[in-house]
Amino acid sequence: MIRFLLNKDIVELPDYPTDLTVLQYLREYRKTTGTKEGCAAGDCGACTVVVATVAPDGNNLHYKTINACIALLSSINGKQLITVEYLATEQGLHPVQQAMADFHGSQCGFCTPGFVMSLFSLYHNQVNPSREDILHALSGNLCRCTGYRPIIDAALFACEKPKKDRFDQLAQQTIETLNSLAEKQKADLATSGLMLPKDRESLRLCIEMHPEAPLLAGGTDLSLEITQKLKSFEHIISLFEVSELKQIEIYADYIQIGAAVSLSEMSGTLLQYFPQLKDVFYRFASLPIRNQATLGGNVANASPIGDMPPVLMALGASVIADNGINERTLPLRDFFTGYRSTQLADDEWISKIEIPLLTKHAKLAAYKISKRMEDDISAVCAVFKVEVSDEGLITKLATGFGGVAATPINCPALETALVGKNWQDKAIVEIGKEILLNAFTPIDDVRASAQYRKTVLSNLWERFWLEQQQEVIFKTRVIDHA
Amino acid sequence: MRKLNTPAKLADTTQAKTALNRVNKHESADRQVSGNARYVDDMPEPSSIAHAAVGTSEVARGTISQVILDAVLASPGVIDVITSKDIPGHIDIGPVFEGDPVLADGEIKFYGQAIFAVLADTVSNARRAAKLAEVTISPLEPVFKVSDALALERFVRPSHRMLQGEVDSALQNAEQVVNGHLNIGGQEHMYLEGQVSMAIPEEEDRMTIYTSSQHPSEVQKLVAEVLDIKLHHVCVDMRRMGGGFGGKETQAAQWACLAAVLAHRNKRAVKLRLPRQQDMAVTGKRHPFENKYSVGFGADGKVTAAKIEINGDCGHSPDLSEAIVDRAMFHADNSYHLGETDIIGHRLKTDFVSHTAYRGFGGPQGMIMGEAMMDAIARRLGEDPLTIRKRNLYQDNKNQLTPYGMPIEDFFLPDMLEKLEQDCAYWQRRDQIKTFNQTSPIIKKGLALTPVKFGISFTAKHLNQAGALVHVYTDGSIQVNHGGTEMGQGLHTKIGQIAAQEFGVDLEAIEVTSTRTDKVPNTSPTAASSGTDLNGKAVQNACITIKQRLIEYFAETTQQSPENAVFIDNKLVLGKQEIGFVELVQQAYMARISLSSTGYYRTPKIFYDRETGKGRPFFYFAFGVACSEVSIDTLTGEYSVDRVDILHDVGKSINPAIDIGQIEGGFIQGMGWLTTEELKWNDQGKLISENMATYKIPAIGDTPPIFNVGLYDRPNSEDSIYHSKAVGEPPFMLAISVWCALKDAISSLSDYTIDPELHTPATPERVLNAVTAVKKDVTL
Repeated sequence: MIRFLLNKDIVELPDYPTDLTVLQYLREYRKTTGTKEGCAAGDCGACTVVVATVAPDGNNLHYKTINACIALLSSINGKQLITVEYLATEQGLHPVQQAMADFHGSQCGFCTPGFVMSLFSLYHNQVNPSREDILHALSGNLCRCTGYRPIIDAALFACEKPKKDRFDQLAQQTIETLNSLAEKQKADLATSGLMLPKDRESLRLCIEMHPEAPLLAGGTDLSLEITQKLKSFEHIISLFEVSELKQIEIYADYIQIGAAVSLSEMSGTLLQYFPQLKDVFYRFASLPIRNQATLGGNVANASPIGDMPPVLMALGASVIADNGINERTLPLRDFFTGYRSTQLADDEWISKIEIPLLTKHAKLAAYKISKRMEDDISAVCAVFKVEVSDEGLITKLATGFGGVAATPINCPALETALVGKNWQDKAIVEIGKEILLNAFTPIDDVRASAQYRKTVLSNLWERFWLEQQQEVIFKTRVIDHA
Repeated sequence: MRKLNTPAKLADTTQAKTALNRVNKHESADRQVSGNARYVDDMPEPSSIAHAAVGTSEVARGTISQVILDAVLASPGVIDVITSKDIPGHIDIGPVFEGDPVLADGEIKFYGQAIFAVLADTVSNARRAAKLAEVTISPLEPVFKVSDALALERFVRPSHRMLQGEVDSALQNAEQVVNGHLNIGGQEHMYLEGQVSMAIPEEEDRMTIYTSSQHPSEVQKLVAEVLDIKLHHVCVDMRRMGGGFGGKETQAAQWACLAAVLAHRNKRAVKLRLPRQQDMAVTGKRHPFENKYSVGFGADGKVTAAKIEINGDCGHSPDLSEAIVDRAMFHADNSYHLGETDIIGHRLKTDFVSHTAYRGFGGPQGMIMGEAMMDAIARRLGEDPLTIRKRNLYQDNKNQLTPYGMPIEDFFLPDMLEKLEQDCAYWQRRDQIKTFNQTSPIIKKGLALTPVKFGISFTAKHLNQAGALVHVYTDGSIQVNHGGTEMGQGLHTKIGQIAAQEFGVDLEAIEVTSTRTDKVPNTSPTAASSGTDLNGKAVQNACITIKQRLIEYFAETTQQSPENAVFIDNKLVLGKQEIGFVELVQQAYMARISLSSTGYYRTPKIFYDRETGKGRPFFYFAFGVACSEVSIDTLTGEYSVDRVDILHDVGKSINPAIDIGQIEGGFIQGMGWLTTEELKWNDQGKLISENMATYKIPAIGDTPPIFNVGLYDRPNSEDSIYHSKAVGEPPFMLAISVWCALKDAISSLSDYTIDPELHTPATPERVLNAVTAVKKDVTL
């Protein structure tokens, strides 16, 4: 049974297709057509809806955007699903709607409900956001008509001094309802094809029962099998509610992040320890995708163009694999065995990722290069971490790259060649560039040519070196989010 | 007797807000932001609804030897399957010329061509079934390259030439000559709402179509033809599109026709909505072009002669390519007097999807050549490109002619350019940028200020006509219908303002309804930026007819002369007498005065003779100037557009907010075309930039942080609707300044001596390649 709050109404669905998306549910089952389908692939944001959950303190609601087109019902189970139709009241439009209309933020209007929902989430999450915050919040919403300027203005105006809205007024009531749904849920066994194990043991049993069923984390990639390739799944095992996979633990010299932690939650923690990753996190997919996609998913997916594996590789992270009985630790640099394949056994899942913290001697940078700044897949992702002794000698170099091989990969040749050399010596720029230029044999594809990937990879080493030199005062990036 | 009611909102004595020349928000804005604006896929479905999907070719060129559909028919939920053999009437739905079968008819013309359509109970069942056909195709050698098609003289339409003067001798006599070529990428429309139609069978063979189309009349005609019925049995209704941009001018019809055939055969409502990836593969794009020039000029940089070759990649069929390549030719001069000119345009036939209308309609791909020439001359002479641009601008009142013989009149573009040059502090920033670049080894800045002169009118003369139907009801509310379609551009908002202005009533008194072929017949597409110009005048004429009747009635009852009557502030004022609008309408009704009228308009003055390549194809020109500043990263080729200043001419603006929306939106769309939007096909002719993950339109972060847009407030000297100017397409080409600024930044690496080769779209990869090439040339 899936239970959730659709705006103000409790919905209980005993029977539904395993691979039904939230968007299909809204448009085809409920005939509520305010939420639009633009791409059915999580790329345009026309289907953006907001999911509200009870905050850990139990007194507040958390609002976050997701793409309804690639969300299965598991992602709204036990939550409040808020759609565009519910924002206006009899007293009038919601302030974000009013601003969008008054600032001429809609032309054809097809993307508008999605923008409105992203703005609604921003309205509840941030008072007086900066222009950059707004771009960040709306990075997953495409508009083909306006050129965005009026939408940015509408956002600045509406969110400058947010007043309490109906959602604030009803918050306690909503929290109580969601808590009561959670109570019911506890007693509920997953009977439908979409299985929602709550803990490690029940996850193990689900896999044992349905070894053919795919594991669903955020589902931002698996859903494309359904919406784009028209595949049908009888059983899917959702990791969404497995409590062991949702933890973030911080130790003296490392951090453990549960595999089902969303990229948004993860980046909040990681940026405290690795502020150098801001540029990559800022450009990594879009906010609704990061709200939904998980760290474990980005790693287990083993895509050569995922952005977390290069980061984790350079940081020396390890994967904790679990089969419900035994856990084992696998260094990430050995984890990928081929194109979209890993060391995970059939009955294993990633339970967490362990990331060592930086030593005081470490210099770190992560670069993402793509055709478009926001919400694009990397042509190249490059992460460098160098440790330099007090004498200025390189003691350790670690790397991680995406988009240059069949798997996320590091460059042992570079990592060993420069140890012992003087970091300030300009000669190491050319040595590093030469090694990287010939280290990999990437492919030509729709994003970039092989030659471009090689050249850029090599040039990014130069950028890294330049940026770590203290006397360098000139700009090295056209847009610097760091 | 029926009682006439007076709504409080239309109280006669209140002062009406002036409807014109003011910021009124989009008529649908409140509905759009609250999810209540209804698009075709949102409409309540008839209980008999079934869903269609199409099966397509996986070969670019060949002949179909066999299509086995058994598995499709046996698939769950399937109701019907059709191929070209099942079309009752015409198979060819080419809009102007033949060449576009509604379903492949023996021949395969491109990868992704629709071969059959399947009808099922649900969308998913239809789409899954469409993948199950066994199609055998005997392949033929495809032609994908423009150069190959040119060598083979493979044209979809004959070439056309505009010749003025003795070009060859003028080029020989020129002090200097520069030759250049430019490959210009196409563009996916990426309307957020994909192609969709719903067909509802009515009594006997009659059909109602709801479609997302810029051209309801053509959908009506083609549906009638495929069904082999007369036009009066088909009604097309179009309330709004979720974006069109030209992509729904001709290429929305196919899906409406297929839905209609399936609806007709099965006697049930049919909806056909293309999934995004299929939409991108099966509909045409902006034409890619590969153009060349030879330009002769003096030591002062003034052009004396230009020879320009325009090569449009049309895909497999003519579609609208004849007029699109013409428009590229009409704009190759942009705003510059090129002296003796020879412009030839070829329409190349390649084995791709048939490329189609897209905002600017070939104009951008021609205009960029004018700017390419100016840059090349400037670098050759070591002058600032703006200096060269200014020297070559047409001049007013000098009896200058365009390369197609149209006199240059009312040419105030130089004034606009100088104003922007000062307002955006071009020369101070030029100095600052030079200084910046000297101290910035990795990041380089570029600056460019470019003009736009865009001709307004359909070059197909007969399309320059429009109709309207206006009803005044007895409560004083007014319903307006016209031939134009609303795709987000604010047409209905402006039309509402026009009707409100004519009757002197509040905007709230006007309802602009969906575009329907049974209300206004034989309409033109909403295209060529003409929506308000044509339909606004037609609506005005309808209003004038009704007003005239009301004035005559009132003059007679008050025994006055009907001269100098004014509709203002919700009343009619005639001499010393006045009457509230609602009261007037009710009295007129009782006196049996007709309160409904059609209106009609055709554009005056225009003609073009294709035999001589001479004429006045445009009623007037719309002008604009833009200055863009960019930063490029010489290590990665990444760039940012840091500041944009625009001054644009919309004549006397009917609605400044909507006009600025068109300017900003057009600019960003043009910027996408020239920067990140890269169409790629593989060597089989399959589109591989086939979704939004691989084809990148501008996102919100691409909007320049400084983006100043101003309107040049000057009424159109031609008698256009309230002396406004068309605004849909012209601003798109302001984005050429971004391309020129990127080249300027790259050229800085050579101390501005080299004009870098930068084909479009200028992706980070192309920028890095150009950087590398310039660096290499400098060291040599």
